[in-house]
This record gives sequence, structure tokens and C-alpha cells, in this order.
Amino acid sequence: MAHRIVVLGGGTGGTLTANRLRRLFSPAAATITVVDQDDEHIYQPGLLFVPFGLADPAEIVRPRGRQLHDGIDYHQSGVDQVDIAADEVHLADGTLLAYDALVIATGSTLVPEETEGLTGAGWMEKVFTFYSLPGATALRSALAAFRGGRLVVNVVDLPIKCPVAPLEFCFLADWYFHQRGIRDRIQLTYVTPLDGAFTKPVASKTLAGLLEQKGIELVTEFNTGEVDGSGGRLVSYDEREIAFDLAVTIPVHSGAAYVGRSSGLGDELNFVPTDEHTLQSHAKPNIFVIGDAANLPASKAGSVTHFEGEVLVNNLWRFLDGQELDASFDGHTNCFIETGFHEAMLIDFNYDTEPLPGHFPTSVGLPLLKESHLNHLGKLMFQWFYWHSLLPGHPIPGIPSGMPHAGKHYPARVDRAPTATN
Amino acid sequence: MPIRTITGVNIEVNDEGFFEHPEQWSEDMAPELAREAGISALTDDHWKVIEFMRKEYFERGTGPTVRVLGKTSGVSIKDLYQLFPKGPAKVAAKVAGIPKPRGCI
Repeated sequence: MAHRIVVLGGGTGGTLTANRLRRLFSPAAATITVVDQDDEHIYQPGLLFVPFGLADPAEIVRPRGRQLHDGIDYHQSGVDQVDIAADEVHLADGTLLAYDALVIATGSTLVPEETEGLTGAGWMEKVFTFYSLPGATALRSALAAFRGGRLVVNVVDLPIKCPVAPLEFCFLADWYFHQRGIRDRIQLTYVTPLDGAFTKPVASKTLAGLLEQKGIELVTEFNTGEVDGSGGRLVSYDEREIAFDLAVTIPVHSGAAYVGRSSGLGDELNFVPTDEHTLQSHAKPNIFVIGDAANLPASKAGSVTHFEGEVLVNNLWRFLDGQELDASFDGHTNCFIETGFHEAMLIDFNYDTEPLPGHFPTSVGLPLLKESHLNHLGKLMFQWFYWHSLLPGHPIPGIPSGMPHAGKHYPARVDRAPTATN
Repeated sequence: MPIRTITGVNIEVNDEGFFEHPEQWSEDMAPELAREAGISALTDDHWKVIEFMRKEYFERGTGPTVRVLGKTSGVSIKDLYQLFPKGPAKVAAKVAGIPKPRGCI
């Protein structure tokens, strides 16, 4: 009898997983069903560009079902809950899907209502987020109408998707106001709960330097307790205040709500506890997790999801075949950081190695942790690879799933951490 | 790694003063660690959080973040800031003798 594989989520992780699985299993060997609540697949890296008029909302959205190969069943419905004891998914439309293996790929969700005042007076008038399509679109008009004052970019708390995106927003805002000839009338401030510009020391220093160079104020260790939209104030839990004329906020994230309704599946933030090397859930051996939905100590980023794909589908195969799992995912992450004025940086790292300078993927390649026009072109080109290579579940030529060591400049005193990949 | 002495015991800490080996911690070290963090006296509420931090650490391998603490410890985030000013997760981790919470990347 054919294995029944159910994939919850038709975004980056769910789509590339289903497409890879479809190639791995013959139609007689497995049925594959993908479930999502809507039919809008958003190219999320594009959201950053929408507020600055550099991307059109319509051009970053495509139908979900059409990204899936033939022989994959696409079912549009919300998820009510997963009954992990019975190996069944209860959908919001009343359908019951029994499975032999389940892939959780429902990502993370913005929960602005968790922060006091954030969705109150001023929300979507003076306080925006570019982390959703309606938010990014509304912010485009607000930025266009902004002619002077203090623009604050605020990360409320981690984890968030693409932790570099808020910094990129600052850099692009600097470029955008320069271009309009009003940069001198705008005060730009980046407010983060971290103790530096970024989570990893070497990159944090480089990025803090770049903020300074561009005249963007950096406020660290600010844990936002309240957003007072009408009064134009951020208030921290330790009672510091930051005034703003326009706030761009990144609300806290949680896993999908159904995870919380599914007994034994998720943690207190509705992320699914997952083995960081095999991508098998801790909830039950027949449940695997890809992308932002997992609680892994890796960035919530599309590149991580892409690199996870190969390990995940192989392990799902091994699980159904009764073989031991391959514990080889190394936390590989690769991000272009748009820095404005047609330049970008590239960072490449994993669980054990922080982003370092050098070149990628080898000593001849794109410059790491350094601004270059080539990286900017890479970032723009990535959108093509996303739809045509990443979602179909193909490797991107020359870029391995495991993090490459060649080309990186290791500090003398830091030993190269061993990785599980060959 | 630096070594420091608390209640006459040599303790290995990291550059920021967090314990490298949480099993070296004992309850009688907490008042001294708290004073260094600007907390003059430990109340029952402080202890509730300290015990919760250690329990979480030994179960999960990392201390909770402030947001998780607010959801699971039974103490609200506002109250946590009253108890452990300037960052409850970090300060409470220090007093509880566990490594800095890994937080998120």
C-alpha cells in the first residue's frame, strides 16, 4: 500500500519538500497531500522592497497550487489540529487526513496583539510592519508621505523571520531618503532587544559600523513593553522611552495556532521541538519539521529551509523504510544583506561557525561580510532561483546544503568547529 | 575561562560572568550573585523565578527568554522586570548560576 504523506503548509518549506518527495517516491509508493489555508504564495524576501517602491506587491505573489508538481494533491483549508496519537490531521473544513508521515511546514505567524498598544491607536497609520503584504503595501504610502522627523525601526523580540531584514530596512531607508533629497531632515533609529546590531559577534560589529557610517542611531537592549501609537512612543519594560513620528515594527512571532491546539506537538510559542540535525520532531518519530515552524537554534530564513530540504526528505524516506536517520543538517544559513545604493553584503554560517569575512562558496566567489555590487545583483537574481530552482526542490548550482569552509577567513584563535557533513 | 570565588568556592565563569557549570551553583551563592546584579534582597518571588530558570535549563539545555518566562513562570513580564531589572532572563540566569540563555538567532 502507498505511504500517505501529508505536508502542512504550502510556503517555501512545504512546497520544496513536496516537490522533492514527489521525485523520490513513485506515485505507487506514496500519496502526497499539501494543505494550506490560502492560495497566495508570497516571495517573502520581496516584502523588504515593497515599501521603497522597488517591488510591486502583485509581482511577489503567485498561486500556491501551481508551484507543486503533478501528482501532488493540494487541499486548501485551515488546520484545526493534529491528533498525534491517532496519526490524523483534522482540517478546518471538516476533512480528516490520516498519515504515515507528517511534515510540518506552517512557518511562523506575526502576533502584534501580544505587545501592549501595538494594534491600538495609530496601527497602520503611524505604526507599520513590512513583515506582511498589507503592512508593506500600506507602509509604501506612509513612507512616500513622510517628509521629516524620526523614523524608528523596532524589533520587539526574537525569534523573527530573517533577522537581518530590519537592518536592511534601515539601510534602504537611508538610501531612499537620500534619493529624495531629504535625508538631512530624517532621524533614523534602530531599536533592538539584542546587545548589539546582530546576534553573532563578528557580523554584529561590521553591521554596527555600517549603521554608524550611515548615520543611523543604534539603541540596544530595548525590550519593548508598549507601543503608544497616538503618543508616538515606544516604552521598554524597564521604562525607557523612545519618541517617533513613524514606527516600523517587527512584531513578535509564534508558530501556527493549530500547533497550540494539538496536544503534545509544540512548545509555549507554538514552535515544534525538533532534532537540530535530523529534523525529526521530538513529538513523534513520524513527524518531521522544516523551516520556521521548528524551534531550531538557526535563523528563520528561506535559505535554512532550502538547505534543510535535502536532509529532511532523505530522512523521511529512511523513516518509512525503517532505516536509521541521517543526522547531517548543520544549520547552514546564507543571507544577502541589502545595504542600499545598489550594494549588498553576504553572510554564510551554521550552528558552529559564525558569519566570517572571506569569499563564498570558495576563495573565488562572492565577497563575505563586505559590501559589493555583485552581492546586490545576487540578491536580485535570487528571486528567479526561488521560483525556478528552490521551490521545485533543486539545489542551486555550486551551493551545497552543508556550509562550505573554503574561502572563509577564520580568526586565528577560533578553532574550526567540526561539522557532521562530509 | 576566568575563575572567581563565591562563598569560598572557585567557580568557572565566562567573560560575562555566567556560570560555565551550573552544577557548581548552590542556593547560598544566590544572595551574593544577586547583590552584584543590584538586587539587595531575594524575596520568595525571586526564588520562584530562580528555581524555574534552573528547572528549564536542566530540562532543555538553555534558560528561557523573557517572553517564555512571562508565559510559563507564573510571573508577568512587568513583574519580572521589577524583580530583575535590566533584563530578567539574563539577570535571573546569572543569579541562578546557569549560562546566558541562548535566546534566538
